Amino acid sequence: MKEMKKNEVPQDEGNLSKSNMKELMYATDENGEYTTALSTGWEPKTIALSNSIDDINERVAEAKLQVKNGEASPIVYFMEVHKMDVGILASYVEMWKWRVKKHFKPKVFKGLSDTVLNRYAKAFSISVSELKNFKAE
Amino acid sequence: METNFKHHQSAHCENGVASNLLKHSGLHISEPMVFGIGSGLFFVYLPFIKVNHAPAISYRPLPGQIFNKLAKRLGLKIKRTKFASVANANKALDQNLKDNIPTGLQVGVYNLSYFPDEYRFHFNAHNLVVYGKTETDYLISDPVMETVTTLTHDELEKVRFAKGAFAPRGQMYYPVNVPTVVDFSSAIIKAIKNTCRDMLAPAPIIGVRGIRFVAKQIRKWPIKHGTKKANHYLAQMVRMQEEIGTGGGGFRFIYAAFLQEAAAILNNEKLKYLSLEMTQIGDLWRDFAVDASRIYKNRSTQADAYNTVANQLSHIADLEEAFFKKLKAAIS
Repeated sequence: MKEMKKNEVPQDEGNLSKSNMKELMYATDENGEYTTALSTGWEPKTIALSNSIDDINERVAEAKLQVKNGEASPIVYFMEVHKMDVGILASYVEMWKWRVKKHFKPKVFKGLSDTVLNRYAKAFSISVSELKNFKAE
Repeated sequence: METNFKHHQSAHCENGVASNLLKHSGLHISEPMVFGIGSGLFFVYLPFIKVNHAPAISYRPLPGQIFNKLAKRLGLKIKRTKFASVANANKALDQNLKDNIPTGLQVGVYNLSYFPDEYRFHFNAHNLVVYGKTETDYLISDPVMETVTTLTHDELEKVRFAKGAFAPRGQMYYPVNVPTVVDFSSAIIKAIKNTCRDMLAPAPIIGVRGIRFVAKQIRKWPIKHGTKKANHYLAQMVRMQEEIGTGGGGFRFIYAAFLQEAAAILNNEKLKYLSLEMTQIGDLWRDFAVDASRIYKNRSTQADAYNTVANQLSHIADLEEAFFKKLKAAIS
């Protein structure tokens, strides 16, 4: 059987953002004693991360299309951009989930007051007019 | 203002903060010791909770538990405070810095501007130390980073009051009483017993039974949810397993390092052999991650790829069951 050896700590160059971020890992030295080593990345993890980024991009594109077709309000689009789900968004805007879901409908969205819109705008770090006037093109 | 805090990088955030804060208070304790005595090795599968649109799998106990258990077992006192108001949270932190107390914080990851973009998701159980403040910034020691870093006042406020599951609510913590002499031996034994109890728990979603349950589910994922969703679930599982601050495969190596240290302290040869065994199990977790990643990259040439990784996982569950039984016997 093999063991995690210090000189086998993965040094994958495929780090997604090329951020030079190195992670500390525990590994054994030539005498079997535990020590630490820095790792630049590991392929399975890089693939998992890029898979989840693809997933987010797909969700964003899908939301954009729905806004364009008048099937969803801009809230849905910005929620996806910020990697949120209904539960997370609801806790940021301090509303019930069912209420947030209602605001996903373009018709309901049009009737929302600036006070309510402001809560969403704050959660997405944008202005109310940016939220109101979002055009999916 | 700045406290004379020393940054050491660690593999996992909560271990790192605990170890660094205690070192600052004069108690020299390694990251693996913190992890082992705090019973950090855990597994729970929560199919009814979705994280990033996939079933939740956690390889660690609830946030704060490692440090709390460590403190209880070593007879330390930690002060923890949560805040309803942002202003009070800022005031309390600034007061601590004025009093020369480096302070641990529970924070959300999403707005940590120094993290690479792909790591920034809504995960609220991250930990860091604030050790100083300037006109514009807070001085940050994030234990998973190589060196110290900074966050603007606004950014720190945002991460302290991140929302969603495990919202930190501005939580800050710091040791208030650290004895100069502590009894490591009895703490280690208590901690090992606790971990064995957790991992061998008779509940279907916890410990080795939880791992086995996930293995069973993986076989059903492609049939029940289609390839796309099944691939996403698998990718999320590997992410949770290998991501900084969450750990899984890597946790086995930290635990093996703990057992090695514990073997010397307790003068117990058996723990040394068990450390080696844990390392080998850690390697199998990594093999699982490699094969799972091949599936969701669609590079798998095996026709029955999902069953293969499920078999690997249930094999790991069997080995861990035998392992924790031996570990329990080794200290009693």
